[in-house]
Amino acid sequence: MDSYFSILFTEIYKILFLLVPVLVSVAMIVWLDRRVWAFVQKRRGPNVVGPFGLFQSLADALKYIFKEIIIPASSNKLVFVLAPIVTMTLALISWAVIPFDEDFVLADINVGILYLFAVSSLGVYGIIMGGWASNSKYPFLGAIRSAAQMVSYEVSIGVIIINVLLCVGSLNLSDIVMAQQNLWFVIPLFPMFVIFFISALAETNRPPFDLPEAEAELVAGYQTEYSGMMYAMFWLGEYANILLMCAMGAVLFLGGWLSPIDIFPFNAIPGPFWLIFKILFLFILFALVKATVPRYRYDQLMKLGWKIFLPFSLFYVVLTSSFLIYFDLLPGK
Amino acid sequence: MIAHTVFFYIFSLIAIVSAVMVTVSKNTVHSVFFLILDFISISCLFIMIGAEFLGMIMLIVYVGAVAVLFLFVVMMLNVAEQKGQWFSSRWDGGTHIPVGLLVSLIIFFELIIVIGGWKYKPDLLNSLSINISTEVTNTRSIGNVLYTDYILLFQISGMILLVAMIGAIVLTYRERAGVKRQSYVKQISRERDEGVDLVEAERNKGVKIDA
Repeated sequence: MDSYFSILFTEIYKILFLLVPVLVSVAMIVWLDRRVWAFVQKRRGPNVVGPFGLFQSLADALKYIFKEIIIPASSNKLVFVLAPIVTMTLALISWAVIPFDEDFVLADINVGILYLFAVSSLGVYGIIMGGWASNSKYPFLGAIRSAAQMVSYEVSIGVIIINVLLCVGSLNLSDIVMAQQNLWFVIPLFPMFVIFFISALAETNRPPFDLPEAEAELVAGYQTEYSGMMYAMFWLGEYANILLMCAMGAVLFLGGWLSPIDIFPFNAIPGPFWLIFKILFLFILFALVKATVPRYRYDQLMKLGWKIFLPFSLFYVVLTSSFLIYFDLLPGK
Repeated sequence: MIAHTVFFYIFSLIAIVSAVMVTVSKNTVHSVFFLILDFISISCLFIMIGAEFLGMIMLIVYVGAVAVLFLFVVMMLNVAEQKGQWFSSRWDGGTHIPVGLLVSLIIFFELIIVIGGWKYKPDLLNSLSINISTEVTNTRSIGNVLYTDYILLFQISGMILLVAMIGAIVLTYRERAGVKRQSYVKQISRERDEGVDLVEAERNKGVKIDA
């Protein structure tokens, strides 16, 4: 019995060591997002609270905590309360499998990439539950939109993952990173990287695909009826998901913790820092896209997902596998 | 092993209770949520017996896609409040209960036959011509079996699903008149001299557009 508790406590210690930095960086990343957005539009952005406005998100969080939580009288109360909890939990549990360095991963499971994919496909439930339980028109429309959108783009993300897995021969995320030692997958699979990036924008409901919360049409979509800490949890979960998508892109295409070239000044920097640089790079791209691109129309969104991305990525699966077989490069034989 | 057993019973309990709640809950949307909970706890059970690939596929396919569509349909059809189910006192005497009972009885006997066969012939697994190795990961061993011994069956089932999908689309598709479609090629290939026209407008008459 004693060993159970010691295992339990070391695991809890590890989990806290992972989750606290993730939560803090989510808060920082919101600030970064707003700053980048502001710089593109020639504004200053949040620059008052703390140095460079760094503590703006903390101030916002404090405000949310002290605000009253309003639960609409006609809402389905249990589901209404569960929705932000589901979003937040799902956004955080996927970090368990992200490898930060060779032996620096919380859960080194065999099917890591499938786990990531499964958890990100569960993310839609937080939104549907929130939209349905609010028992109001705009949240419901937002939820329906987002369900269709996330299911559509998941399909193309799945096919893109197949492309990467063909080159790796394993579903383990550490193996995926180690397979990129000589060549990052962003070079041979560059079109797939672009499609992954765009699908990740759609999967996380980021502009230009933020139709579920299109403020001009749907007030705030599924979040309309939420207030106080429950709204903040949606918001944190959303940004944790964005960060996770960036981490997924970094692991699948940009070589995870590996340094770009394996010579002295680069490989002296420890692996986790490289991963963080890559995640930040992808996130700044996310923020730049948000600042520059106008919102899609819904039929264009569906057309892009089903008629362009899906056939193209399926074609690329055929191309990749034929290439690997022809040049006898198929891994894991 | 104690922790393993405890978790097994927790997940099984959640699975059974939520399966009962799927049929018992009055709100159809709640039924779908319980169905999702059921799927999740079953995939946890799969992971606990070491079939992590099956567990994850269960999550991705059933929870991530199928249940979302269920939820979608249930919400869109607005059948949320189902009145008069058989357990409630307001049951109106519909005919779906005998049919349901018959189907569940057949499934029950089928399950007895399958599990009974397994019980009385424990070497059933070894009598198959499948080579199961405990050394490779189960993703790889499923792939080895599925894409070699059963490739034809696998492809036929894929074809059946494709045909079913096309059938559903054909049945529900109807041509609608007067729908304006966007053609990207047409929009992009439009030149300036097609789009812009310089017209000498006559005084007090104006120009008629779209004549």
